Amino acid sequence: MSNSNIQTIDFSQYPDKHGHFGPFGGIFAPETLMAPLEALRDQYEMVKDDPAFKAELLKDYQDYIGRPTPLYHAKRWSDHLGGAQIFLKREDLNHTGAHKINNTIGQALLAKRLGKTRIIAETGAGQHGVASATVAARLGLECVVYMGADDVVRQAPNVARMKMLGATVVPVESGTRTLKDALNEAMRDWVTNVDNTFYIIGTVAGPHPYPMMVRDFQAIIGQEARQQMLDQEGALPDVVMACVGGGSNAMGLFHAFLPDESVRIIGVEAGGDGLDTQRHAAPLCKGTPGVLHGNRTYLMQDEAGQIMGTHSISAGLDYPGVGPELAWLKDIGRAEFVAATDDEAMAGWRDVTQMEGIISALETSHALAYVMKLAPTMAKTQRIIINLSGRGDKDMNTIAKIEGFEF
Amino acid sequence: MNRIEARFASLQAQQKTALIPYITAGDPHPDMTVALMHHLVAQGADLLELGVPFSDPLADGPTIQKAVERALAHRVTLRNVLAMVTKFRERDDQTPVILMGYLNPIEAMGEAEFAKSAVAAGLDGVLTVDMPPEESVGYHQTLAEQGLACVFLVSPTTPSTRLGAIAEQGKGFVYYVSLKGVTGVGQADAGDVASHVAALKQHVDLPVGIGFGVRDAQAAYKMAQHGEAVIIGSVLVNIIEQYQQAGLDEVLAALTPKMAEFRQAIDAADKGESL
Ligand SMILES: Cc1ncc(COP(=O)(O)O)c(C=O)c1O
Repeated sequence: MSNSNIQTIDFSQYPDKHGHFGPFGGIFAPETLMAPLEALRDQYEMVKDDPAFKAELLKDYQDYIGRPTPLYHAKRWSDHLGGAQIFLKREDLNHTGAHKINNTIGQALLAKRLGKTRIIAETGAGQHGVASATVAARLGLECVVYMGADDVVRQAPNVARMKMLGATVVPVESGTRTLKDALNEAMRDWVTNVDNTFYIIGTVAGPHPYPMMVRDFQAIIGQEARQQMLDQEGALPDVVMACVGGGSNAMGLFHAFLPDESVRIIGVEAGGDGLDTQRHAAPLCKGTPGVLHGNRTYLMQDEAGQIMGTHSISAGLDYPGVGPELAWLKDIGRAEFVAATDDEAMAGWRDVTQMEGIISALETSHALAYVMKLAPTMAKTQRIIINLSGRGDKDMNTIAKIEGFEF
Repeated sequence: MNRIEARFASLQAQQKTALIPYITAGDPHPDMTVALMHHLVAQGADLLELGVPFSDPLADGPTIQKAVERALAHRVTLRNVLAMVTKFRERDDQTPVILMGYLNPIEAMGEAEFAKSAVAAGLDGVLTVDMPPEESVGYHQTLAEQGLACVFLVSPTTPSTRLGAIAEQGKGFVYYVSLKGVTGVGQADAGDVASHVAALKQHVDLPVGIGFGVRDAQAAYKMAQHGEAVIIGSVLVNIIEQYQQAGLDEVLAALTPKMAEFRQAIDAADKGESL
């Protein structure tokens, strides 16, 4: 689709009533969940513009999470790369260390309103699990987190945090033992315990209304960043960029910029060992459309329609699908998608750690890696905003092994 | 008349409840599936439900998940499953066969091509677990145009407001999920089922099959009093799991007494005898 068409799109009108972003999204769920999903959609539609709900959310954003997060001009790194000026949206400074809590705070308020006493969540990197356990502790709700057995090992510090917060962490041994299998298991729990349980999905995937709802709760990132850029620089950025796992930090940053035609939007997927190998997690770069986890989107699948195992150094990007809104933005040409390999991500991580004193999560580092390629091709007067989606504490085991530190 | 309708009409004339066993195609080995299907019919199955292996079976409990993993270890595809149906039809032109599975493998093959190949193979109906009527108008039209019956699930959480669409698009029978949960976990509550099925029948003029929580003869006996069919899956798949290393004859022999137990229970219910 050409840019002239993009001009005419009113992005605030998506998704439609049934959760469709063009051909993507929707509700592809087992029958038992259809009525609960409708109830959730109705409840969300009712409260989302309710001034009392908005005020409560805003207060939590400020007093509990610590919003607004800064937009930081990474001068030394920008100079080093010799091109565009780089601005980091510091979601790592949120309480619990990543953007994930923007969403769990909102969904937990909804859970309360629906009278649910138990919350469940899936998690890959453990950041969403920690953010869910955190809000559960605060609201006095029971919390069960499903996590792929492989991820339990590679994100051990976050497993400990969840347990300290009183959550039960269930290692998932089925399938590929990563994020997609944790999501399957959480869905099974929800089908079984739907009467008292609220499922807090951690990214902009799943059946409608999740992709819309999670995006709305994360959209604060882009709303703040856009205003901060205007305040600091008196101009919009030339590029906004984020890593893409399920796509929540990406949609959170991108959404406010969708109507700004001059702003290039770039999502960075996990390139693993490389896009020309079988070992990556880049469905937007290399996948094909299909249906998984309740929505239609781009998937890593074989020709028989089986979902393929993925690989990424970062547990939070190790997912064969992606949020349906991103799939749509790709098809209409409003966003571009690229990938960074494991090694490139480590290089990005090293650069920002050593030049800016910010230790980022391995997920985030994929976006940093692509900036290293892009910024030098741009003018010094141009500006890039990157969503610094999380801090790297959880990755110390993995990173120490690669960098050769005793830990 | 489609085989499903013919079968239910003839059972109704005899005042009999149908027994519908489920197995996963390709479990424990693709070479055994057709023989298993014939055996189940010989042991009293009235219709057959064949699971299509999918990598992410999110409505299934551990028993069927493991069956799917066994089948996928042999790289069983939807096309392979249709080939099994073709083979089954060489010797059985009467017993209705329904596929139960997830949407993605069907989409990957292409809906129209799937529908054509399925009918050519002798398939009668399709239950797509993650394809509710709201999303599926075009899909179910494509299947219906080829003469395939779209079987829908109805669950304890289904409000009556959704039954209209199910009544409109559903064919063959409706599958009542007797509990909130995944396959093979938990036990259906007979009282609950009775009231839900009665309400369901006010809206949907199709035979009702009851499944998901039917674990033993006692449960089958009770469910047969409320539905036109009783569906058993995980109980059989558990036996197949136990005998996964054994030869075909041993697997078949192990299933025989279990099928007899269920058949007797359902027949007893139909005759108003105690169990
Ligand atoms: C810090 C961080 N960034 C990014 C992601 C990827 O998720 P999403 O694409 O939904 O933002 C995760 C997921 O765990 C994460 O922890």
